[in-house]
Formats: sequence, C-alpha cells, structure tokens
Amino acid sequence: MFAFIIRRIIQATVVMLVIGFIGFSVKHQLGDPVRDLVGISVSVEEREALRQELGLNDPFLVQYGRFLANAMHGDLGHSFFFKRPALDVIFDKAPATIELVFAASLIILLVSVPVGLYSAIYPKRFFSRFAMGASIVGVSIPVFLTAIVLIYIFAVQLHWLPSYGRGETINILGWESGFFTLDGLKHLVLPSIALSSIMLPLFIRLIRAEMMEVLETEYIKYAWAKGLSSKRIWLVHAFKNTLLPVITVGGVQLGILIAFTILTETVFQWQGMGFMFLEAVERSDTALLVAYLVVVGALFVVVNTVVDIIYGLINPTVTVASR
Amino acid sequence: MSLLEVNNLEVIFALRHGDLVALNDVSFTLDKRERLGVVGESGAGKSVTGFAVINLISKPGRISKGTILFDGKRLDRLSEREMRHIRGNRIAMIFQDPMMTLNPVLTIGTQMVETLRAHRKISKKDAAKIAIAKLELVHIPSPERRLAQYPHEFSGGMRQRIVIAIALLTDPAIIIADEPTTALDVTIQAEIMDLLLELCNTQDMGLMLITHDLGVVAEVTERVMVMYAGKVIEVAKTSDLVASPMHPYTKGLINALPGHGECDEENRLQQIPGSMPNLTEIAPGCSFHPRCEFCQDICTREVPELRSLAGMDERKVSCHFAGTEQMQ
Repeated sequence: MFAFIIRRIIQATVVMLVIGFIGFSVKHQLGDPVRDLVGISVSVEEREALRQELGLNDPFLVQYGRFLANAMHGDLGHSFFFKRPALDVIFDKAPATIELVFAASLIILLVSVPVGLYSAIYPKRFFSRFAMGASIVGVSIPVFLTAIVLIYIFAVQLHWLPSYGRGETINILGWESGFFTLDGLKHLVLPSIALSSIMLPLFIRLIRAEMMEVLETEYIKYAWAKGLSSKRIWLVHAFKNTLLPVITVGGVQLGILIAFTILTETVFQWQGMGFMFLEAVERSDTALLVAYLVVVGALFVVVNTVVDIIYGLINPTVTVASR
Repeated sequence: MSLLEVNNLEVIFALRHGDLVALNDVSFTLDKRERLGVVGESGAGKSVTGFAVINLISKPGRISKGTILFDGKRLDRLSEREMRHIRGNRIAMIFQDPMMTLNPVLTIGTQMVETLRAHRKISKKDAAKIAIAKLELVHIPSPERRLAQYPHEFSGGMRQRIVIAIALLTDPAIIIADEPTTALDVTIQAEIMDLLLELCNTQDMGLMLITHDLGVVAEVTERVMVMYAGKVIEVAKTSDLVASPMHPYTKGLINALPGHGECDEENRLQQIPGSMPNLTEIAPGCSFHPRCEFCQDICTREVPELRSLAGMDERKVSCHFAGTEQMQ
C-alpha cells in the first residue's frame, strides 16, 4: 500500500506539473495584465515601469518558475474581477459543483446498474429493447437541450420544481450545502438529472455489454451446475466480474462529468465552478481560468486514484496492498 | 432399477436455418457406484449428454424427446427450482478447464461455502469445516489457509483438485466429469485420474467420465459407451471393448492408440480416414458409412439399430454387420 501511494503521488505530481505548464502558457499568451490593472490615463513609460516591476519582461521560463513557486504556496494569482485570490473564489464555488456532480453520479449509479443488469439477463424482453433504444436517443441529445426541455416541462408548465439557482443552503464548516434543506434538494433535481443524462446511456450500455459477456463464461455455467440460486449467480458471481471494466471506464467518465458542469450550470444559473468559469472567460479573468484548470486537474487525479484503489479491492489479481 | 436411466434422449439446437440434432435417440444407464465412460470425438455429443442430465444445455439447445430418470424422479420434468436441488447436490459436475471454471474474484472458501449453503441449512462456520475436510480428501496441503486464497494463487492441477473437492462437498450420488484432465499436463493428468478413481471407491459415488481418451477410460471405468455424431454406437464392459471392439469406428479408435511395439512400418499408427460429419449434414443410413471400410449398400440406406448381440448381454452395437463374417 505504501509503495502504491508513493508511486501515485509521483505520478500525480507529474500530471499537475503538466497541467500547471499548460495553464501558465495560456495565462502568458492571453491578454495583458498591465492593461487590466491600469486605466487609459496611464502613460506608456509608467506601464513599462510597472511591467518591469511585475517581472513581466522576464524570460518565459523564469516567469514559469515564479508561477510554480507561488502555486506551491497555494497562490494561483488574483482574480481581478472578484479582487480576491483566485483559489479562494474557486473554493467558494466548488461545493456547488461537487454536490451537483455527486448527485448526478448517484443517479447514474442507481439507474444504470439495475437497468444494465436487467437488460443483460433478459435481452429479449420489451423493457430491455426499450432501454437500449432510449439510450441511443439519450446519447444523441446534447445536454443543454435536455436541460431546457426539463425546465420547460417541470418548471414552466407543471410548476413542480424551480428552474434556476441553488435555493436555500446551509453552511456546514465553511461548506455551503444544499443537501440538507428541502428547497436545496428541490433545486438540485433538474440540474442533476440533466447532467446525468450525458453519461447514463453510456453506463447502461457498458454494464449491459460487460454483463452479457460475463454470463457466457465457463465459471458462470459452473455456478449454475453447482445449483446456486439465480440471484446469487447474477448479483455476486456475474456482477462482481462485470464491475471491473465498468469501474475502469466509469471512473474516468465521472471525471469528465466535472467538465460537463460548465454547460449544465450555465443553463440552470447554478453558482458553481462551471458557471464561474464561463463568466471568467467572458471577463478574460486569466488568473481565475488558470486556477480552475489546476483545481479541476487535481480533482481528476484524486478521482482516478480512488478508482484505482477500488479496482484493486475488487480484483484480487491486482495487488494494491502488499499481502 | 438403475440410479440414472436415460431413455431415447433427443436434444436439438434451434438455429436460424433449421434444427440441429445434437443427440439422437441416446439411451444409457448408470448404477450406484458405477463408473461409466463416454467416449467420442469432439462434437460427438458427449458433453451435451452430460449437461442434458442436469438440464443445463446452453441455449438455443433443449431436450426435445426422451426421459431422464434419476432415483425414480423424472429430471426432464422437474421445475427449475427442484432441478437446482439436484445440481451440485445429488449430481455434481467437474468441468474441463480448471483455469476457467472457478470465479476469479471470489475466494476458494466463498465458492465452497456457498455451494454447501445452497443445498443445506448450515452455518458458514460448519460449512467451512466441511470444506476443509474435503480439501484434505483431495490432498491439498494446509487447507485452512487455502480457503482465504483466490483461484489465481493455485496451479492448474491444484485448481482441478479444488473443483473435485467442491463436487464432493454434498456427497453426491453421481459425479459427471467432462474431460477433467484434458487441459492439464500429462503428469498431472495421471494424478487427477488416480484421485478420481480413489474417491469413487472411498466415497460411494458413481462417475460418468466424458473423455476422448480411450487410455483413461480403460484405466478408470467399468463400462463404456462410444458416441458418434450424436448417437450411441457401442456399449460394452470396458475390458471387452478394449479387447474386442465390435463397431468399425471403435475398432478404428483403438487402432489409433499408440502401442508399445517397435517403431516400424508394421506398428505405424492407424488413423480413421475422413472426419466426423458436421451435425447439419449427416449422411442417410449409418452416419459412419462414408468413413467405414466395411461399408455395404444397406449402410447407405438404413440406419442401424443399437442392438444386443447373441450371447453377449452387456454389449450393444449399432452396425448392420457387427459380429458377422464380413467384419473379420
């Protein structure tokens, strides 16, 4: 386990360095911080002096080194719009996004596993065929369309659910959570469904395909020959083997969900990182953009590590922990 | 009455271009504690016969005719639920490739305990005790420790021993072993076969040994049934069959065995010309006639019955000319 963690940390460091490099390059090329800082009345000489003072005339690599050194201290620059450290702004917005992704993942998990297993076990039944057909349609509809249709039906026509915002939130140890109020949960329903709609069809198809393959194997036939109940064969013998490839692919996909929050949050005016990111792009708030890139990159690394650990726990042939 | 009695069994696979008859009018019996060999080439219907007994034929196959009587019960008529209490309990199975039969993500202990608990009301602790006892029976060292291990931590021979131990868990009346040594090294093969033979004698079980290896059959079984293209073509005491095969196909099989003589022209390995027909294109008349050196007119027209020969009760052959002058 120890060796695994060390290896993982080294890998994560390399990934973060690359992400930091890309982020810094973007920042370096985009816009002029001096122009952002000063007004029209400032003369060219004063600008040049400021430029020199800020170190903007230094070579690229020197500036990159400085950026890295600051990043180590948790300083990813200042957002000029919010007039605050970029990282602070992001940490304020992160809970909204993380809760949204969590809710969407939960929906994906709770729907795709039973539907995928059922349609693998009974591929010829009406429901299975319907689920497969619907999943093709689902894959092809873009998320903003799903979101708008959901808002139109459930918010505008039926008035069942609110159409935008996070609703009432409670602050728990600095974490603004919408999970603990009825209003917050109501606001969560439509955005999380819209977000989950991107990955749900993929997961259903993945689970179904893997499960069908597993059901054909010798060890499943052997399990039948041992006289086990169908419940045990499907839910223990087959499902556990189905999970392995699903976790590998699925883990990465859940990371991608974070990226998709940009669209969903915009449609629902959800005050999270994705919404903030689009606004930052419009305001060319480069420090905030870079900080977003780095934080999302870090989230990806964490998600993938967790996935690897879970995989090792389920698959006995992979030794995460040295036995 | 025999413990297991299969009568006129027919199994068909419903394919897009028509039905494929995998088993055609197969009848045989297995007594208590008897060891029966089922021999034939790949595709002759040996495995299907084994799976048909426990009603576990892969789709789209199904039993279309015939009866299977086990202990006075019609197995072919049992509900899935009732059948489950026969499978792995009264009739256990050993599969061909031990690398593929054990579930890779479950420990040996789990896979043993679950089998016991599927058939008996028993605590996990007691089930584990029985599992340990059976692992000892198949000569696996330090079984307590082994229970917590996964299949990939065992060699092929060890895994087949575990599969045998799983079969023994519920003290079945019959074990159906489908090519149990084909996937193993030659030296391990002999060990596994010796173990099976030993267990049949000490554990009071019948054995249905499905194999293409006549040598193994000769060593282990008391009676043998030869199959060809979905049919039984000869049944005999193993010693009789090896000493004097009656059906031209059986003769061919036995001539194809390597002998212990010198390596010269005279002792060359014999082979049966041609290959077994695809089940969709079986010739009319005797299905073996295109490859038979004794083939006559009648063989191409009439299907020979599986008949007893005069003066030999335990022996049945399906050949128009078996036991006659023409075959000498």
